[in-house]
Amino acid sequence: MSLREMINRLLGRQPASATTARERLQLVLAHDRSDLNPELLEQMRREILEVVSRYVEIDLEEGDVSLETEDRVTALVANLPIKRARGQAGGNGASDPNHPQFTAKLSS
Amino acid sequence: MSAVTAAGTRFILICSGKGGVGKTTLTANLGIALAKQGARTAVLDADFGLRNLDLLLGLENRIVYTAQEVLAGNCRLEQALVKHKQEPNLALLPAGNPRMLEWLTPEDMRKIAAMVGETFDYVLIDAPAGIEGGFKNAMAAAREAIVVTTPEVSAVRDADRVIGLLNSEGVQPIQLVLNRVRPKMMANQEMLAVSDVTEILALPLLGLVVEDEQVIVSTNRGEPLTLNGNGSPAARAYTNVARRLQGEEVPLIDPSQERQGLRARLGRLMQTKIF
Repeated sequence: MSLREMINRLLGRQPASATTARERLQLVLAHDRSDLNPELLEQMRREILEVVSRYVEIDLEEGDVSLETEDRVTALVANLPIKRARGQAGGNGASDPNHPQFTAKLSS
Repeated sequence: MSAVTAAGTRFILICSGKGGVGKTTLTANLGIALAKQGARTAVLDADFGLRNLDLLLGLENRIVYTAQEVLAGNCRLEQALVKHKQEPNLALLPAGNPRMLEWLTPEDMRKIAAMVGETFDYVLIDAPAGIEGGFKNAMAAAREAIVVTTPEVSAVRDADRVIGLLNSEGVQPIQLVLNRVRPKMMANQEMLAVSDVTEILALPLLGLVVEDEQVIVSTNRGEPLTLNGNGSPAARAYTNVARRLQGEEVPLIDPSQERQGLRARLGRLMQTKIF
């Protein structure tokens, strides 16, 4: 974050338009490059959450699957906070106080 | 340099995806600048639908034959090439009739570029806008590419699509020219920064050209800015692009960091990354 962005945020002002342009571009290019439309991405998100939740109990509200792009490499980033592992209830692995996160990266 | 072929000729595609960002202006100015530096340079107008390279070079009244007649075998290549009067190292191969688009194939373009390459050090191919057939024909004739863009979201997005196509065809190296930069707007962060564009597109920067009214004056006259000295900022920028292409190390200056004065300094202070 630059000094200008910080001041703008403190004053509740709109960020400089170059910042907005950069963020919008990065998002649109991640989608352009992967050729995935939002519906497909949403379907994939649901299925990933479904599979993962078979093994661990995850926070569905917090779960996030998105596309990120850097250096012309697009990555599918899943960030899923785990509440507890399934099938271990009552055992030593009850609720983890640290909320471990399941983070998966899939690059193309 | 890896881009130099066995015969030594470099076939460079000049493309952008989006129209109106300065492909043809760059081709004309770069062609003249390379020719002035002693390189035998041919510029090939591959924009058959909307040709303009002849106009920017001031050669529109001297066209007799075009690429079309050469391919059909109705004239020799030397008859179609239009030599520039003041800069005899430069020749233009004019685009043919727009109807050529109906039958022209990538193989035709490869053939004609190879013919031109026999007697020139550089073959600059001015690609049409878009990513359709015309662009793919032009790309087939090239070994390396210069992508032109402006610091605007639409131009950068389109450039990204073109880079994807160039990568999949194995065109290498691909270098970037950032055109129509407004230093003041960049300093005030109201225009994408140079680093934003190079990072997003992940290409090495070959040149930076500031917005310059003289470009319009020069196109009015049909005399590229690089033809008569380096009086204007854009002329210097184009000449530097040519020098870098030739392997010379010419430092790049970030125009938003160049400006002096209180406002510009304050603007730079505001860009300081705090975390």
